[in-house]
Amino acid sequence: MKELMKGNEAIAEAAIRGGCRAFFGYPITPQNEIPEYMSVRMPAVGGCFIQAESEISAINMVYGAAATGVRTMTSSSSPGISLKQEGISYLCGAELPCVIVNMVRGGPGLGGIQPAQSDYFQTVKGGGHGDYKMLVYGPATVQEAVDLMYNAFDKADKYRLPVTILGDGMLGQIMEAVEMPEMKDLTKIPKKNWATDGTGVGENRRIINSLYIDPDVLESVNHRLFATYEMLKKDEILFEEYKLEDAEIIIVAYGTVARISKSAVEILRQRGIKAGLIRPITLFPFPSTVISTAAHKECVKCFLTVELSMGQMIEDVKLAVNGKKTTAFFGRVGGNVMLPEHIAEAAEQEVKKNGSCI
Amino acid sequence: MAVVFKKSNMLTDVPFHYCPGCSHGIAHRLVAEALEEISAEGNVIGIAPVGCAVFAYNYFNCDMQQVAHGRAPAAATGAKRTHPEKIVFAYQGDGDLASIGTAEIIHAAARGENITVIFINNAIYGMTGGQMAPTTLIGQKSTTSQAGRNVALNGNPIRVCEMLATLDGPVYLERVALCDPQSVMKAKKATRKAFENQKSGKGFSLVEMLSTCPTNWGMTAVDSAAFVKNEMTKIFPLGVFKDI
Repeated sequence: MKELMKGNEAIAEAAIRGGCRAFFGYPITPQNEIPEYMSVRMPAVGGCFIQAESEISAINMVYGAAATGVRTMTSSSSPGISLKQEGISYLCGAELPCVIVNMVRGGPGLGGIQPAQSDYFQTVKGGGHGDYKMLVYGPATVQEAVDLMYNAFDKADKYRLPVTILGDGMLGQIMEAVEMPEMKDLTKIPKKNWATDGTGVGENRRIINSLYIDPDVLESVNHRLFATYEMLKKDEILFEEYKLEDAEIIIVAYGTVARISKSAVEILRQRGIKAGLIRPITLFPFPSTVISTAAHKECVKCFLTVELSMGQMIEDVKLAVNGKKTTAFFGRVGGNVMLPEHIAEAAEQEVKKNGSCI
Repeated sequence: MAVVFKKSNMLTDVPFHYCPGCSHGIAHRLVAEALEEISAEGNVIGIAPVGCAVFAYNYFNCDMQQVAHGRAPAAATGAKRTHPEKIVFAYQGDGDLASIGTAEIIHAAARGENITVIFINNAIYGMTGGQMAPTTLIGQKSTTSQAGRNVALNGNPIRVCEMLATLDGPVYLERVALCDPQSVMKAKKATRKAFENQKSGKGFSLVEMLSTCPTNWGMTAVDSAAFVKNEMTKIFPLGVFKDI
């Protein structure tokens, strides 16, 4: 049965149903409903909730819990996620599975509290120190956020890395009808032989660590991590294609902006402009192949990347297009959100500049 | 032949990397013996800091986590809250606990986390080569206070036990020294008590151990022990600051 839920609360419930039994957070708008919901729900399922003294402590509590094998998560918004970067780097270095939710708000600095997508670089390209990646999801609807969150712990456990749900203030605050999945059976989760659950002794003791003083050893760890990221590229890429068959202009957008872009596609088609949409669902691994394949099609004249930023994902789009076609950008920032009409106008101008198939 | 002395079962057979005359070896042994005496074998999660004791994960015969600088009490919180039946300890130096990790230790103590913290105060940053610590004495030379620590420039040393004793959370706070056999025996009793408290569910216990750093102090091992006894205890008086 579907029920009407706020994005933040739906994500929190999906996390619990996906097996999360330890939540550590710190207040920051616009994600406060997640820790608030967890503070009530976690004790009810026999889990652990702590409001930490800082974002730094919260992510390190996640580290301590994840290292014991528990399914654990934190949530925050942009300035708070900046504070967690050290911890995220350590989690990646120590190969600890967990989930991080970022309900992105405008920046830099304290920025604002309205929706933004300006943490793409921080999340997808690194943010913390060292060579690492995370599995990054950019859900567009509350239902998609629920479905991705529900399975995020399975992915985190499988690849032994943090998974980030990159939402925005809009996704966190919107209310939509969602179908909530069943509670996962935690007894069926594969055993984590590496976990420091306290039972280790002698030859069976486990060490969770990210320190490798010997350069050859660290180099091999770096290569092992990147071999995992190659597996993600092979098996975990998710995207949505919309009306690409005959498209002459392709909009690339993720998250809630992709929904606005889809409406823009309809407006453009009503005006006789053949528009299509590619919506990356995983931001790392990035769906480069679908973009590059489209770029090779003759009828495709140009791409328009639409973001709530000054232009961040566009760099990955340009790498995929690789100069085959022009790649333009349209964005709003500061917490402002564009209307479908604005995107349609920007797209129309690009089509004029680049000529039409018709 | 009867065995009258042996290595603790809670230590691995790996040789310590610590410098000659450094107190870490003694402190490790005290922790290991206390764990053994409370029959915690196969039931322990240890948290190693950043600093000289970063390699503690090689030495304790239990599951170990190496964590970010200063964050050991937060990681210990995550481990303990999800595994309340396990003995969880954090082992931290003065830079780790009293400088970069002040928020973590204060709030773990304020929450009354049922963990044991071993705090090694040797008044200097050892691993990085002898820089000034929050516990460096006034006038004490370090590589970043080469003319000696100056109050006007650097402020005064932080007394961790006294500071934490202002909180309602901790149940046991004691400062001991590792400078002669008698003081080590006292430290042993304190360490055991700090772990017994956790086992019986009493709550947050911390033992501060005044320790030597001959290498970075530029002293012999013997002079270092004397410095702990004669100079450090003036600023960091030994004793029990809380015992509920």
